[in-house]
Formats: sequence, structure tokens, C-alpha cells
Amino acid sequence: MKLRKVTAASAAVFALALTATACGGDDGGDSSSSGSGGGKKIKIGIKYDQPGLGLKEPDGSFSGFDVDVARYVAKELGYNEDQIEWVETKSADRENALARGDVKFIAATYSITDERKEKVDFAGPYLLAHQDLLVKKDSDITEATDLNDKKLCSVTGSTSAQNVKKDFAPKAQLTQRGGYSECLSALQSGAVDALTTDDSILAGYAAQDQYKGQFKLAGLKLSNENYGIGVKKGDTETVNKINAALEKMVKDGAWEKAVEENFGPADYKYEPAPKIGQIVQ
Amino acid sequence: MTSVLYDAPGPKAKRRNVIFSVIFFVLLALLLWWIWRVMDEKNQLQWSLWKPFTQSQAWTTYLLPGLANTLKAAGLAMVIALPLGAVLGIARMSDHRWVRIPAGAVVEFFRAIPVLLLMLFANEVYVRYTGISSDDRPLYAVVTGLVLYNASVLAEVVRAGILSLPKGQTEAAQAIGLRKTQTMTSILLPQAVTAMLPAIVSQLVVIVKDTALGGVMLNFTELLNSRATLAANYANVIPSFIVVAIIFIILNFILTSFASWLEGWLRRSKRSTGAVVGVEDVTELNAAEIGGTHGTGAGKGGA
Amino acid sequence: MFDFLSNYDDPSLLGAFWVTVQLTVFSAIGSLIWGTLLAAMRVSPVPLMRGFGTAYVNIVRNIPLTVIIVFTSLGLADIFGVTMGAADDFDVKYFRLAVLGLVAYTAAFVCEAIRSGINTVPVGQAEAARAIGLSFSQVLRLVVLPQAFRSVIGPLANVLIALTKNTTVAATIGVAEAALLMKEMIENEAQVLLIGGIFAFGFVVLTLPTGLFLNWLSKRLAVKR
Repeated sequence: MKLRKVTAASAAVFALALTATACGGDDGGDSSSSGSGGGKKIKIGIKYDQPGLGLKEPDGSFSGFDVDVARYVAKELGYNEDQIEWVETKSADRENALARGDVKFIAATYSITDERKEKVDFAGPYLLAHQDLLVKKDSDITEATDLNDKKLCSVTGSTSAQNVKKDFAPKAQLTQRGGYSECLSALQSGAVDALTTDDSILAGYAAQDQYKGQFKLAGLKLSNENYGIGVKKGDTETVNKINAALEKMVKDGAWEKAVEENFGPADYKYEPAPKIGQIVQ
Repeated sequence: MTSVLYDAPGPKAKRRNVIFSVIFFVLLALLLWWIWRVMDEKNQLQWSLWKPFTQSQAWTTYLLPGLANTLKAAGLAMVIALPLGAVLGIARMSDHRWVRIPAGAVVEFFRAIPVLLLMLFANEVYVRYTGISSDDRPLYAVVTGLVLYNASVLAEVVRAGILSLPKGQTEAAQAIGLRKTQTMTSILLPQAVTAMLPAIVSQLVVIVKDTALGGVMLNFTELLNSRATLAANYANVIPSFIVVAIIFIILNFILTSFASWLEGWLRRSKRSTGAVVGVEDVTELNAAEIGGTHGTGAGKGGA
Repeated sequence: MFDFLSNYDDPSLLGAFWVTVQLTVFSAIGSLIWGTLLAAMRVSPVPLMRGFGTAYVNIVRNIPLTVIIVFTSLGLADIFGVTMGAADDFDVKYFRLAVLGLVAYTAAFVCEAIRSGINTVPVGQAEAARAIGLSFSQVLRLVVLPQAFRSVIGPLANVLIALTKNTTVAATIGVAEAALLMKEMIENEAQVLLIGGIFAFGFVVLTLPTGLFLNWLSKRLAVKR
């Protein structure tokens, strides 16, 4: 009797711990089995939280321009829609994920820079964006220098805010948040005066139902961001294949269609399709 | 009703209590009204922000996978930390100084360091020296941090459990000729495990709460982090926070209630030793050493 | 070997730990005050106050500190406009918000420590005091609290040590304390193990003496019964 109670009690605790473990067992479990080799599946890195570029929709599907480009490229590489396995690659994780071969390529607002080129190879560019400010509709901020003594929001790990602070407005107050949606709610309530990052990202957020009509882009073009597709360093073959796919995408009108579909509702005045290999400094 | 602080109230005191109640009620109501008004002003009460939580998709796509990861990390940490903690705890009571002292040093060291630092450190070590894919790395880092810290805390729980047994148990075991290992494995541990169960369950609460650190600092997609993806879709930062907080409260409340029920059940049940390391006795033990568990601050007092 | 430390001067290593110490001290003072008030409510004769105290403690103890701290920034500051008198200086503002969050969280544990301390005083003591005609405040001041405080030092010491470690969570809203500096350093420097060792050592230095001293004190002052 005594022993039974002890056993029952210990079993209860152990079962509790095990159920907890088993609960999440089904997701992510197969991540190691399908690598980057030419097998059946392809893993592609995207963002999950950027409307218009890469967003995980409530029904579990993915939408956005980056996603459409990635789908097209994957198709050209010989993978169907259902062979794609999407992986969230946050800004800080992108180089590591490529270097270790966790993903075959990354299309996640990945600007081509000299610094990054030392660690990864880029195909593209496939879009030219600019760093900009998102402000309230009635805001009087028209220049980056207006930001002095103003409050600026950006996300952790992004360099855009530091650039603004360094080059234009050294006296700006800077707060860094985990995600852009957290900056937007601060902007909405007036806790910060502006939010800075690429205009393509900002446009997508500003067009969300909850925020429609409340914000505007300052239209500053503070920098040129050439979005490329990141590939593991030295994998020239894939780079060439992706470049060919991107060229085809522009030629057969799929690029135009994707841009129109994703940026049209946000009223984002996108630049024309960039030439492959031509980086606007 | 009489207590240490006041006698059973007479008519005058009863009247005074009513007045206090009314004043306090008014203050509380004012506070709630202010919160309500500000939320309304900032459009946080709009139904469109709350509506997603009444639909299944918000749960199946974001919150439930996040919750599953939270539980997975907590469960894994517990399953790994328990045996490790048992070994450390027993090693700390060893007769051999060369076992006792290192074990004690390890336990004290990891109890003195914030879990967040352990997680950050583990994450970076995995990035540099191992080939763990970036999908799994945050989970590994979170579990590593939790295991290192909680194994040390559990080591102390195990020690308390064994020390709580009457000395006669050891003496009787020795008298019938059992060796030290036999005494430990067949006499002391089985009884101590029972005594420790409530404390172990309540340590789960601390572990569940600490997984949230990995969400913010390591991009581990647990509940708090999947809240961010959800908020990116529905633009409902505050409502999503409130919902996540409520989930945590319910989850931990279930664990806490289970722990106290277990404690009461064990105390009631007729057992030879009658020793139970209560939910709060763990810190009582810590008071004699150094440290303190991340969450449980209250001691039970000299009973 | 330690050359890289000179690359960090905003904040420096010592500066970051100084912020950790400041967070600890301010939060400790705040949570002692708020925790005592909560304990007073939990043991008060007014049922509504008791209910509030109990509810507060049970809710706050079950929420991760991370959620509370992040909420002070995204909720209190952004939505409710609580700027703690520093709307225009983000460093100060987020520091104070972090203190507020730590106080709200730690107070629940302080409250429980104090309440259990009060419960250790035998009812007979208070009854005897009332019998010889002492007033309520005299009972509290002369008989109950002096005994309660002594038995509370041990548990409170544990709360203080837990608080010291919990200040690292302030890094989640960008307060430039030790954990944030460590995160920055291990991302930029090669000597991961050395950096880990330095910060671990820093926290051992902060928590070990506090723990030893307060436990020595609590043993010395313990009420022998």
C-alpha cells in the first residue's frame, strides 16, 4: 500500500514532465533529416512577421513578396510548392543558418552589403528598397535631421536606427524593440515619434487594417538597400541558378505581378526591377 | 476570529472595517476605471483586436505551437535536471571530501548565476563549437540554461529530502548490514523521493516561467515569442499580452494547486517517516546556505 | 587577454555592473515598501483588502518576470503613458520602468516572506500583550513586529539574492546592465569562455557575500523558542 502510493505519486510527476515533452514533440522533430542536399525537400529562410514581404498568416500559410520570389526560384530549381519547408530566419540568425546549411537560400529582406558578402554569397538583387521613416499622418518630420531631440524606434539587431543616429540626428532618443509591430503600437500611442527601417517593410505595416490611414512614409531614401538572395558561401552553382530564375521571373512578368499583388494594397511606390548583379550604392 | 494582530472585532471595530472596505473599494474601482478609460481612449478595447482570440486559427497557428514549445522546454529541462540534481545532491552528502566539495561548489556556483546569463552563454557556445541547426539551437540553449540552474536547486531539494528522514532509518539500515550505497538506494532515496515530490512539482512553475527568457533574448519560439508573430498579424500588442499572461497564470496555477494537493495528500497518508519537504521548505533550506530559487521567495517560518 | 574590455566604454564592464547594483538597490527598497503594504493587507481584518492581497500575490507569482518587464515597456509606457517622469530620456525611462516591474514582481515574494514571519509569532504572545492592556499599535510595535522581523531576515535574504539575479531580465527592454553587455560582448568577441567567466564571477561576487552576511545575521538574531 505504502509503496503503491509512492509509485503512483512519482509516476504522476514523471508523466507530467513527459507529457509536457511529448506535447511539442511533433514539430521540428524532422528538421535534421531533410538537409540541403538535392533530396526531396528544400528549406528556405524567410521572415514570419513582415506584412507584404514575409508573413505567417493565421491559416498557417505564408504570404509576401519575399515568399513569392522564393516560391518562383524554388520552382525553377525543381521544387514544387509542397516540397518547400519554410524556416524563420530572424535578422541576426541569417549568416549562421546559411553557413551551417540549415537552409538552402534566404529571401528575407536581406540587403547585399560588403560586410555580409564576406560570409555569404548573394544572388540578385531582386528589389531595390530605401531606408525611410514612418511617422504619424500629421507629423511635421520631413527631414532626417528633424529627428534631433525626437524619439525613434527600431528593432534589436537592425543597423538602420544607428545609422540615422550617427549620420543625421545624433541627439535622437533611440529605443529598440523585439519586433516592428511593437514599434508601431508605440508610434500609434505617441510614445515614439518615428520608426525607421526599409520603406518596403514600413509600407506593409502601415497598410495593415488596424493602422490604415494613420501613418505616412516620410519618403526620404536615406540609403539604398539591394535585396539579394543569400546562399552559402562558395555555392556558385546555386547562385547562378537563382540568378537565372530571377531573370526569368522579371522577363515573364511574374515579378511585376508579385510586386503589384504584395505592394499594391500598401500603396508602396516600388523601384523597377533591378538588373541582376547591379548593386546601387 | 482572533489572530496575532487583532482580536475578534467588536461593534466599533466592525463599523471601522466597513468604512475601510468602502474606501478601499472606491480606490480599487477608481484604478480599474482609469485603466478601462485609458484602454478605451487608445482603442485597445476594440472588438477587432480581441476577436482573433475567439477564432481557432489564432490558437492553432500561433499560441498553441508556442505553448507546446514552452512545455517542451520545461518538460525536457525537468526530465534532465532531476537525475542530475539527484546525483549532485547525493554527491554533496558523500563521506569523501573530494566528492563533497566539488559537488557543493558546482551547486553553489550555478545557483549564484542568473539563468539568463547561462542561456546566453550556452547559445553562443552552441553557435561556435557545435553544428546544431539554428532551428533547434534556441531550444537547446534554453534547456541547457534551465538544466544547469535547476539541477543545482533540485540537488538541494534532494538533500533536504534525505535529511528530513529520521536518523533511525540510516541506523537501522546499517544495523542489518547494508552498505552505504544500499542504504541510499533502497532505504533513503525511495522515501526521500516521496517527501520531495511537492517541492519538485512547484519547481516546475519556476522552470515554466523561465522559458519566457529564451523567447525574448534567444528567439526561442515559445509562448511569449509566438505572441509577437501573432501581434504582427492582428496588430494587437496589448490584448495579446493579456491573453498570454492569463495562459501562464492558469498553467502555473494548475501546477501550484497540484503541488499543494500532493503535499496535503502525502502528509495525510500514513507513512512510517512522516517527512515531507513542503513547497516552501526548499527556501527554508536555502536560508541556511546561500542562494534562493528564482521564484520561490517565501519561507515557511520556524514550524 | 583582457584587452577587448577597453573596447566597451558605453557602458564599461564596471558601469554595467553598477547599473545592476542600482537596479537591485532601488527595486529592493521599492519592493520592501510595497511588499510590506501587501502583507499588511493580507493580514488585515478587512476582507476586501485580504482578498486583494491574496489575488495580487497569486497572480503576480505565476506570471513570468519577463512578461511583466516587457509589459512595463509596451503596455505601461506606450499605452498608459507612464513615463516615470522621464518621457524625454529613454535611458532613464526604461531604467525606471524596469525598477517598477521588478518591484511589482518581487513585492509578491516579500509579502509572503513577511506574512510567514508574522505567522511564526505565537498567538499567545499577542493575546498576553492585549491582556495587559496594550493598544493595537503597541502590540504591533513592541511585541509582534520585533519578533516577526527577525524570523523574516532569512527568507528576505533569499528574495534579495533572487532579485539581484532577476535584474538581468531588464536587458529585455534594453536597460544597459550586465546581461545586455554580456550579450553584446559574446556576439562580437572571440573569447566566449573568458567573457562567460567574467560575468559569472561578477554575479558570484554580488550574491555570495550578501547571502553569507544576511544568513549570519538571521542566525544571530533568530528568536529562540
